Amino acid sequence: MAREVHGMIEKRGAGLWLTHLVMVTGVLIVFFPIWLAFVASTVTQPEIVSPPMPIWPGDQFWENYSRALFAGVNVPVGTMLINSLIMAIGIAVGKIIISLLSAFAIVYFRFPGRNMFFWMIFLTLMLPVEVRIVPTFEVVAGFGLLNSYSGLILPLIASATATFLFRQFFLTIPDELAEAARVDGARPMRFFIDIVVPMSRTNIAALFVILFIFGWNQYLWPLLITTDPEMNTIVMGIKQMFPSGDDVAEWPVIMATSILAMIPPVIIVVGMQRLFIRGLVDSEK
Amino acid sequence: MDKRVRFKGWLLPILLIAPQVLISAVFFFYPAGQAIWQSLFIPDPFGLSARFVGLGNFEFLLSDPFYRASFLTTAIFSILVTLCSMVPALFLAAVADRLIKGSGVYRTLLIWPYAVAPAVAGVLWLFMFNTRVGVVSWYLGQLGYDWNHVLNGGEAMGLVVVASAWGRISYNFLFFFAALQAVPRSVIEAAAIDGARFWKRFFTIVLPLLSPTTFFLLVVNVVYAFFETFGVIHTITAGGPQQSTTILVYKVFSDGFVGQDLGSSSAQSVILLIVVGLLTVFQFKFIEKRVHY
Repeated sequence: MAREVHGMIEKRGAGLWLTHLVMVTGVLIVFFPIWLAFVASTVTQPEIVSPPMPIWPGDQFWENYSRALFAGVNVPVGTMLINSLIMAIGIAVGKIIISLLSAFAIVYFRFPGRNMFFWMIFLTLMLPVEVRIVPTFEVVAGFGLLNSYSGLILPLIASATATFLFRQFFLTIPDELAEAARVDGARPMRFFIDIVVPMSRTNIAALFVILFIFGWNQYLWPLLITTDPEMNTIVMGIKQMFPSGDDVAEWPVIMATSILAMIPPVIIVVGMQRLFIRGLVDSEK
Repeated sequence: MDKRVRFKGWLLPILLIAPQVLISAVFFFYPAGQAIWQSLFIPDPFGLSARFVGLGNFEFLLSDPFYRASFLTTAIFSILVTLCSMVPALFLAAVADRLIKGSGVYRTLLIWPYAVAPAVAGVLWLFMFNTRVGVVSWYLGQLGYDWNHVLNGGEAMGLVVVASAWGRISYNFLFFFAALQAVPRSVIEAAAIDGARFWKRFFTIVLPLLSPTTFFLLVVNVVYAFFETFGVIHTITAGGPQQSTTILVYKVFSDGFVGQDLGSSSAQSVILLIVVGLLTVFQFKFIEKRVHY
């Protein structure tokens, strides 16, 4: 009986094949844009501008990718990749460090202004950078941080998600551990470095994955503050590769750049799938 | 909830919290305050002085047909993006949930698009539908349909919706799939014994059980459509044609940076700020409810 019921729920035989067929079709449709971009990055410009373009990869892989990486259109894509890497890692690491510190202060101390600071941080949850772009731009310009890594990174660190996540986690650390540390005469920072940080490492890793992708995929902010092509990030730089007038875009190079732009986040999402899903669920709740 | 055990001292915690408070103050509170302040003024054309107009910028905005049109555009856009990303995701998750083996492989393949930046997604879809070289537009042409999102506002909207929804399918799939896996087998088996077929079971039993997840995703996807789709719109249509894809966030950018109309742009920021506030309150209310659920 149990087995029959099972058969009714999880499909077997013809039904099973149908289920797989539906899934494969779904995956193919979802994948199609990426596949097409990959094909376009391996063929020649004439093959693309006389539609329909081929549906299988050509033999121009090395030509197109090395042209993109080392020559690019305005600036070598290699430079943009490095900029993106610095920005994404800067945002992820910066946010994790300041959030660990402030969450530790909020959970393990009582000090004047604690509640006020807590609500200050809480408020920053609500306002994405897209909403306050003009004045934020003026502040960054006022500090002379246009076309700098600090200008790319700092304004995007001012958000509270990570602080709340760490606060929630610290509250679950048994009080006995802090008690023991105190009895042993350990200073707070010892306790923080020896106990709290190592215990949070899974949360830190999960958050790193989410924040890296958040930083890597930024578009509007780098678009505003990197007027110098040498400072462009890859995600915003692709759009800059399109010619402004009636000229035909260099599609193979642009598509090679698009593929290069998605490789690091895809590697992180797929390679660290468990951490990624955990980080996603944690940071949304 | 608070800790019983605490460390003594007040200087150390203030030093610990200082970096975050400083960064928030400089890059968050000051600019947000500036936005509110500037929204009360109209700068002269040379930017040398500003005239105080009180709520004049808001009055002007709310009676401006372009701004109202942008509100409507944003509403249509977010509803369509939410639907186009949640329905396929739910369908795929429901099908994947029937598999005992192999669903992990599909999950791995389906989360790819989430990693693709909205702006890059915009370029990929633009490439497929490009009026000169696009594969899809070419085949549409063969079928006798003349695709031109550069001139046709409806087609432009369709294209930015699909490009924005695409990456979100992955995100929604992950949440739906996790929720489906958590539905107790016994409930479904009971229904199966009663002779309910798959889709009937799905709509009468499973879907109601998923409602907390569905509701959560509705809010999150609307927020996404409002604020994180700038890259898609900027790469594909730049708000056109004739502003048919100018959503509110895009208008803050185009009025503030391209049009240099700071007063109006700031007032728009403040209105968006209120919208975000409402959405956040809504979300928190709901999450609180779900904790009791």
